[in-house]
Amino acid sequence: MTLDDTDMALLKLLQTDASQPTSQLGRKLGLSQPATWRRIKALRDAGVLSGQRLRLNAEALGFGVTVFLGVKLAAKGRVSLEDFERSVTAIREVQTVEHVLGLYDYRLRVVARDLADFERVLRRRIMTLPGVGNVEANVLLSEERRPGPI
Amino acid sequence: MLDDIDRRLLRVWQDDPGLSVADLASRCSLTTGKAGRRIESLRAAGYVERVEAVIDWQALGYHVQVSLRVTLDKTEARAFDEFIDAARLVPEVLEIQTFLGRVDVRLLVIAQDLPHYQTLYRAQILTLPHIADIESLMTIAQVKSQEALPI
Repeated sequence: MTLDDTDMALLKLLQTDASQPTSQLGRKLGLSQPATWRRIKALRDAGVLSGQRLRLNAEALGFGVTVFLGVKLAAKGRVSLEDFERSVTAIREVQTVEHVLGLYDYRLRVVARDLADFERVLRRRIMTLPGVGNVEANVLLSEERRPGPI
Repeated sequence: MLDDIDRRLLRVWQDDPGLSVADLASRCSLTTGKAGRRIESLRAAGYVERVEAVIDWQALGYHVQVSLRVTLDKTEARAFDEFIDAARLVPEVLEIQTFLGRVDVRLLVIAQDLPHYQTLYRAQILTLPHIADIESLMTIAQVKSQEALPI
């Protein structure tokens, strides 16, 4: 799908607040409510708007530590990737799992209440996963999300 | 402080962020009015930041996603600030994170295809200031991506 400038402005507004009414979005873009609605529907139908995410304040909710883990599987070929993926996605503290190509096989984003809690998750849940070999941890200090090429 | 009802509300909402207040209320066995008031106070207290739209970049023709792990030249005092300021100007950069560990900064970058990525990497990434070392991890598949908190 190719986007015009209005579509891009609409996507940017929805990225920051997807819960605002179409009439309000329309006013910001100089569009009528039905015209705004048609554009949103077209973006949904094309799969560009693929869903919504509730952004919570992790720190306020008591999750003070976020760690990015690079995981290398020890016995590739012998251990099934499906087994590893099924077990790792079931861990509630693991927020994202990506299968990657490079220095590691998987990249995980893990949240914990504090460093002691993170150590517990790492030792009891992650290091015991089927096939886990080397693990590298980097503790998140700051994070910024950008709107992307729109 | 959050009570059990707040936590249940956040869990249900997190799993299905597109729910209306009425649907959210009925799934948590609350009246719409009560659920609405709780949502308002969770927002006001700063627990809830926003509901954001998720954009599928593949549907817009961006098929390559790379995680760049950057080590900076720390002999330069302003290395972090200057690197991050310059990275913000590259539209294809979706996330910028700083770390304590072997990696200093991570950039999440998208590109349309490999030739586009190569151009981007040479012209806009390698030219960012104060890079001492850079490693790339190319995403093959996103296995879990909702970023839910274990509330």
